[in-house]
Amino acid sequence: MSKRSTEVLVGLFVLLGIAALVFLALRAANLSSFNGADTYTLVAKFDNIGGLKVRSPVRSAGVVVGRVTSIALDPKSYQGVAKLDIDKSVQFPADSSARILTSGLLGDQYIGLEAGGDEKMFAPGDTIKSTQSAVVLESLISQFLFNKAADAGGPAAPAATAAPAPSGAKK
Amino acid sequence: MEWLAAIGRHVIDVLRSLGHHATFFWELLRTLPASLRRPSFAVAQVHALGNLSLLVILSSGLAVGFVLALQTYYALATYGAADSVGLVVNLSLVRELGPVVTALLFAGRAGTSLTAEIGLMKAGEQLSAMELMAVDPKSRVLAPRFVGGIVAMPILALLFSAIGILGAYVVAVLLIGLDPGNFWSIMESGVDVRRDLGNGIIKSIVFGVICSFVAVYQGFEARPTPEGVARATTRTVVISSLTVLAMDFVLTALMFSTR
Repeated sequence: MSKRSTEVLVGLFVLLGIAALVFLALRAANLSSFNGADTYTLVAKFDNIGGLKVRSPVRSAGVVVGRVTSIALDPKSYQGVAKLDIDKSVQFPADSSARILTSGLLGDQYIGLEAGGDEKMFAPGDTIKSTQSAVVLESLISQFLFNKAADAGGPAAPAATAAPAPSGAKK
Repeated sequence: MEWLAAIGRHVIDVLRSLGHHATFFWELLRTLPASLRRPSFAVAQVHALGNLSLLVILSSGLAVGFVLALQTYYALATYGAADSVGLVVNLSLVRELGPVVTALLFAGRAGTSLTAEIGLMKAGEQLSAMELMAVDPKSRVLAPRFVGGIVAMPILALLFSAIGILGAYVVAVLLIGLDPGNFWSIMESGVDVRRDLGNGIIKSIVFGVICSFVAVYQGFEARPTPEGVARATTRTVVISSLTVLAMDFVLTALMFSTR
């Protein structure tokens, strides 16, 4: 095997490796989606960020328009502060709201931006004022149980005061 | 009391061997700049270790991709999550199986050839002859092979993962009949370039260093007899494989800890 053909083969080998890397990165991973080319930052404060993670998507009408870049706790107001990088080509009115939603039933959480009606747009670095926190499963369950208990407590009282005759009970 | 002395001897032997490994590694690193001044040797080694391993790596990757897709399909179909086959196969390959299985195959195919070649050079007294001519055998013989292995391993691991994913596509979409759009889009959204692909590449580089170093060391330190070369060759495979698997656990724990 002459030296030149060896070098050509090694060059082909390295090229094949680079092609595999590009394939894996672009077609089999999330590199090609949002890259953060031209973005501006917005800040959103939540009472509970739930399962939101750094690099979670920010969606408006279901379309990815940005990413969460950092999550921190505000030591004064004890709220979760999330910094969002939004694509520069999308401007949001200054009264837009942010909610933490879940994709699917048990999927990852993301921030949903709903555009408001204000004529003025957000400036870079602005804080989103109206936010809705993530749904916490335990609060949901306790609320459900509380409602169930309230429903059961209503009809049970008149049934107890009435005579043990079953005809008195209405519900 | 003989057994106490035997334990002490054994511990001292282990420590001495560890120190010998370390000094050998250091000397190898020190000769790297000088040996890279003539890159044609390293290029020839990349050919010998990488190109010639392509057949075994690609066919293994394809087979692993097929089997992974089938098994994960059966497991996921019970939860109605059959569309996530691509994602599960991709994560398994890129994070774990690509680097580890490629390293084991590399140790078996390329590592043994390195050890046998260097051991036979030692048995034929070529290495001593080089020393007599004031040519450092570490820089002339060992360093290019070490560099060739480190360059070849990550490329082979990437090729293994890529062809595994293509094999999974063949089974999941063409054979089983899952939706190709879902296959790729669920995979794309679930695999992170930096965390999964990047960590897999780091792993394969580390495994390349381990396999190449063990192969080169065992060849250089082999007993210059046919039996010595044979034992060194098997030792290469065993030590490389065990070290790779142990390092895989350590690296996985470091890289993929839930934060």
